[in-house]
Amino acid sequence: MTAFIKSFSIKKRDFVRAGEASINVQNILKSLNMDHKLIRRIAICGYEGEMNAVMHGGDGILTVEIDTGRIILDIADNGDGIENIELAMQKGYSTATEEHREMGFGAGMGLPNMKVNSDMLSVESEKGKGTHLHMEFYVSTD
Amino acid sequence: MTLSELKDILEASILVGNEHLNREFDKCGASDLMSDILAGLSEGCVLLTGLTTVQAVRTAAVAGVGAIVFVRDKTPPQAVIDLARTEGIPLLTTPFSMFISCGRLHANGITGLSGMR
Ligand SMILES: Nc1ncnc2c1ncn2[C@@H]1O[C@H](COP(=O)(O)OP(=O)(O)OP(=O)(O)O)[C@@H](O)[C@H]1O
Ligand SMILES: [Mg+2]
Repeated sequence: MTAFIKSFSIKKRDFVRAGEASINVQNILKSLNMDHKLIRRIAICGYEGEMNAVMHGGDGILTVEIDTGRIILDIADNGDGIENIELAMQKGYSTATEEHREMGFGAGMGLPNMKVNSDMLSVESEKGKGTHLHMEFYVSTD
Repeated sequence: MTLSELKDILEASILVGNEHLNREFDKCGASDLMSDILAGLSEGCVLLTGLTTVQAVRTAAVAGVGAIVFVRDKTPPQAVIDLARTEGIPLLTTPFSMFISCGRLHANGITGLSGMR
């Protein structure tokens, strides 16, 4: 049974609002008094994914789902997709433009950061068909 | 050290967050690339950066950064200052370059994100 689900829209190239969805998710999780370190991991993953959609992808939706024992983050965009996912997952690989770098992005660390901070990450993407990130975070019940 | 001491060492002025001058810092991350900060143990650190956009503040909020110092006298737009107020993140600006700012903090015992000096 899903206890809670909420979606936020992401707008391609809207660099002013980019990141708001993830901050909203962070605030929701804080209001539920979730574990501080868990919230940080989820917020980092959300933010990296959201920034990627805005910069490299297209319009999209970020959905957070609070399930029994886990939190699920889905970030889908309708952009051009990732040509080579294996390459994109490598630390330092980036196709960011000069404009992106001036805005503080393009270290090629976003996807590796998501990998490290999530308990499960799947990347579905095809050239021309957009990108869908699915991440899960397990909530320890001790 | 406290934010107040850090401010003196960097001869910085505070743009927002006077109420946080007692906040304690022992680590610093210096970068203009936000994923470097998001990848590190940046919780509670001071962030030295030349990036004055809303994304510097959102990165700080997401990563739990305790304060941002803009180098080379850079001052962000008002919208960025307002966002930092909402997020409870103090913003400072120092006349020093990134290199000199890092050197001054290092000389005063501040470590990198990993805890190394
Ligand atoms: N949603 C997406 N749509 C299209 N391409 C993407 C998407 N997400 C990532 N990519 C591609 O994968 C590369 C690596 O992404 P990653 O997030 O690791 O680094 P980056 O965004 O370039 O830099 P950083 O995240 O460190 O600021 C990007 O440069 C881009 O080519
Ligand atoms: Mg990225």
